[in-house]
Amino acid sequence: MKFSEQWLREWVNPPLTAAELAEQLTMAGLEVDSVTPVAGTFSGVVVGEVLSVEPHPDADKLRVCSVSAGAEPLQIVCGAPNVRVGMKVPTALIGALLPGDFKIKKSKLRGVESSGMLCSARELGLSEDAAGLMALPVDAPVGADIRAYLGLDDTCIEVDLTPNRGDCLGLAGIAREIGVLNRCSVAGPAMEPVPAGIEDTFPVQVSAPEACPRYLGRVIRGIDPKAATPLWMQEKLRRGGIRSLGPVVDVTNYVLLELGQPMHAFDLATLSGGIEVRHARAGERLTLLDEKVIELDADSLLIADADKPLALAGIMGGAGSGVSDDTDSLFLECAFFAPARIAGRARRFGLHTDSSHRFERGVDYQLQHRALERATALLLELVGGQAGPVIEVSSDTHLPRVQPITLRAARLQRLLGLRPDDATVEDFLTRLGMEVQAGEGGWQVTPPSFRFDITLEADLIEEIGRVYGYNRLPSSAFQAALEMRPAPEDRVSVRRLRDLLVSRGYQEAVTYSFVDPEIQALVTPDLVPVPLANPISSELSVMRTSLWQGLLRTLQYNLNRQQRRVRLFEHGLNFIQQDNELKQENYIGGLVSGTLMDEQWGEPERVADFFDVKADVEALLALGGRAEAYRFAAGSHPALHPGQTAEILRDGKRVGWLGCVHPELARRLDIESKTFLFELHSATVAQGSAASFREISRFPSVRRDLAIVVDEAVSALALQEVIRETCGDQLLELALFDVYRGKGVEKGRKSIAFGLILQESSRTLTDADVESVALRVVDRLNQNFGATLRD
Amino acid sequence: MEDLGELQQQAIAAIEQAVDLKTLDDARVHYLGKKGVLTEQLKTLGSLPHEERKAAGQKINEAKQAVQQAIEARRATLEQEEMASRLAADRIDVTLPGRGSRSGGLHPVTRTLERIQDLFAGMGFAVAEGPEIEDDYHNFEALNIPETHPARAMHDTFYFDAHTVLRTHTSPVQIRVMEHQAPPLRVIAPGRVYRCDSDLTHTPMFHQVEGLLVDKDVSFADLKGLLDQFLKHFFERDLGVRFRPSYFPFTEPSAEVDMECVMCGGKGCRVCSHTGWLEVLGCGMVHPKVFESVGIDNEQYTGFAFGMGVERLAMLRYGVNDLRLFFENDLRFLRQFR
Repeated sequence: MKFSEQWLREWVNPPLTAAELAEQLTMAGLEVDSVTPVAGTFSGVVVGEVLSVEPHPDADKLRVCSVSAGAEPLQIVCGAPNVRVGMKVPTALIGALLPGDFKIKKSKLRGVESSGMLCSARELGLSEDAAGLMALPVDAPVGADIRAYLGLDDTCIEVDLTPNRGDCLGLAGIAREIGVLNRCSVAGPAMEPVPAGIEDTFPVQVSAPEACPRYLGRVIRGIDPKAATPLWMQEKLRRGGIRSLGPVVDVTNYVLLELGQPMHAFDLATLSGGIEVRHARAGERLTLLDEKVIELDADSLLIADADKPLALAGIMGGAGSGVSDDTDSLFLECAFFAPARIAGRARRFGLHTDSSHRFERGVDYQLQHRALERATALLLELVGGQAGPVIEVSSDTHLPRVQPITLRAARLQRLLGLRPDDATVEDFLTRLGMEVQAGEGGWQVTPPSFRFDITLEADLIEEIGRVYGYNRLPSSAFQAALEMRPAPEDRVSVRRLRDLLVSRGYQEAVTYSFVDPEIQALVTPDLVPVPLANPISSELSVMRTSLWQGLLRTLQYNLNRQQRRVRLFEHGLNFIQQDNELKQENYIGGLVSGTLMDEQWGEPERVADFFDVKADVEALLALGGRAEAYRFAAGSHPALHPGQTAEILRDGKRVGWLGCVHPELARRLDIESKTFLFELHSATVAQGSAASFREISRFPSVRRDLAIVVDEAVSALALQEVIRETCGDQLLELALFDVYRGKGVEKGRKSIAFGLILQESSRTLTDADVESVALRVVDRLNQNFGATLRD
Repeated sequence: MEDLGELQQQAIAAIEQAVDLKTLDDARVHYLGKKGVLTEQLKTLGSLPHEERKAAGQKINEAKQAVQQAIEARRATLEQEEMASRLAADRIDVTLPGRGSRSGGLHPVTRTLERIQDLFAGMGFAVAEGPEIEDDYHNFEALNIPETHPARAMHDTFYFDAHTVLRTHTSPVQIRVMEHQAPPLRVIAPGRVYRCDSDLTHTPMFHQVEGLLVDKDVSFADLKGLLDQFLKHFFERDLGVRFRPSYFPFTEPSAEVDMECVMCGGKGCRVCSHTGWLEVLGCGMVHPKVFESVGIDNEQYTGFAFGMGVERLAMLRYGVNDLRLFFENDLRFLRQFR
């Protein structure tokens, strides 16, 4: 809602500056977005009349004009194409100061003297329109100061209203608020009913009374559609953000700005039969004012005549039935449409109009008579003609009904933490237009017909708090019983997962949850992603099925910015559709590309490999204290290198992946082929167990190293499992400290060296004990895997 | 016995001249060893008359002790010298950078979220979470935003189908908490939210933290007190905070919270559009219809809810001037928050 400050002051005029008014409105919940002067800062500009226009002797585009601006005619050189004799234009005199500290001096333009300047609206900071000189009305008094003549010592106040305050979408509503806040009286212009001068009416039938509980119409005959809109109205409209479009439309827009009532004027000659307010029939079409054709359905409310749809009720008029230059008679519409029947409809057709904006939020259903009379009076004043009687079709059963609301003083105290005295409460509510009846411990309050947002006690309490001033309300520290919150020790917090990766050199990323379906298909081709119905772009159109999609994109982004070493992780939801169920579960995923360490002097440079990243994953898994529950098994994943992929299992169930990116995927994304990825199911990793103590043996441990040779195909894990099983409780630790291929080991085989640390809880192990364990281990490895001891 | 004195002098001279522990030890063996020159002197005692033996023996022992002392002293000196030279040889350039890797860092959004959570955890607020693909009921209906409500248009919702959306705020978590837990309640719900909007100052995904407190006799004054404290602690500054009436369908009364601009100290600058104030929070008393939809008795309990934009707070806290940086994940940006 945008309006002229001076217009507001015609209604209510407390002794406040524009800035103070704005502050007051903002602090009352009507947030002022901007207060801008309606014109630039300038002086010395008066109304001038162009007396003659002669060509410039040395310039095709310049004209030499004689201008009367009060005293002697002035010779002014002008370049505007629309300059013509008899025109009244703002004229900057010698010594005038225009916006931007531009001083007008006597000068010569291509050799011809010029004593002033004829101005465009833009040069005066009135609009962006630089098309030509600003044409003033023909009756503008020559020599008058333009600031005074146009009332330019005014500001435009723009209020960003919340959707509950439809009542302030008219100047009258804003004025009422200002009146309440300053406890001063509010008086608009006198609005008297206009008696019918002719008998003409037009049939109106409302077939959808639930959607249109009140419909008023009026015929006006014999108008002059070419009459000019007076300057004062044009200016008020302009300062309200509305362009002047001819006197009839201007009047309806004026009433819209003034009272908040949208109206529509039909050219009576284009209507046939009578008006019907009805739901559209499937397949019906309507060409709107803006020439857009829309297809209607039974949900659309129409204003129609006997033959055709005329307008989308409460939203926009149709082409062909509006006022034109030939209009002689009008049918003026002023209706109340139920908010619920208008809400959302405009949006469905991609529309948003001043009318729909107001009807959606609620227009005062008692306002129609007043608004229609106001519009009629203005029209007769502007375009002449004679008005018929007011035609009304109302359905009382469908009009909103206000119920009195009980407001309890105790509740007021309880909710606000303060209770203004009774007189203050009653004054606030009364000024807000409510009927207030004091009773035992409170009041019965009946809200006015324009406050659709007040139906509950809490709504009234907000009003009192609001008018009292939120900032004046007390502030306190809430007191509650001390209560300890549970701290499950078997759960690893997400924070610890994050912190561990951070200390291991990973940088956290936060990527969009929606991704490009192309990259989604490359990373998890076997999953069907959930698509958005209205994505912001095709690159962000499906929900991610893996964190890798965002991490790989982030890698690309950073590689393109000269980053050589990238270590990233993210924690967040993946969205996976499985067996008709959508799973939204948290994962923690990582990406490593580039050297193992930052560039440095102390260690030879080496590119990070699978096992470097595996150590990070193992560290994550170990946080819960259940490291032994996890196994890494060779696996296959479409995004990963088939020979460098580990499926991570917990108690036999897959909980994640680790591997090198598939070379084909790396090629398509144009990233390093030595890029490693991991992803783990967060809740599983977080589920650990609290630590529990085990007796430390008093007896010394013994270490025995075994280097054994097996076929390449035998996994380290398989060997470790057999060793553990064979040693049983005596095995304290098992270290794998060497893997060797080459000289001394047959091709196709490898040597793996284990360090077995053995200990017995009740005695010292003898050499014979250790020897016997080692023999059993070698024996079992030989049986199971054909392992031999390395010479 | 003149040669004893001479021997002692010779020995001490040899000791003083010893350049290292090896030559010192050679000197020791030469004079004091089993067959050492001074040791040999003792063997001559036998040839002396009985009455002279004692005195002679004493003199020899004194000479031996003197030599021994000289050796000890020399040894100490030599050891010190050797230590000093070894230390000199071991000298390193301590200004060389440490070996290994630097640690990474948390994303500034996470860092901000954790900071917010910590401040509220200190006041006994538990963390609650909810789904990001949310149903229409929890995201709108239960929050008193029916199908045709104008507020829906302001939400720029991402849809999957008519009943499924990407949550447009963290407020549905309020509903989920109240559906499953009985008051008193004190929770905050941090998380990702989505709006179908993307320009200089909007990203289609961002983060919010929702807060909810339901108890007997909670008032608007308590809400004011809590948020005032929060902002002062979050920014670690005693900044001005003001409450303005506003509108949210799920709270009544509703308020918008402004704080003094942290960039200009309230004087007015570009960041605060020359108003001196920054809008940072939305809040209000839980709407009776919300309590109704989750079956909490509106007469027995009152409550308040609040919501804040995490990126906005992070931008103000760390002086970040472009929202979009948060989701570009440029390492040069992220590393500034290590």
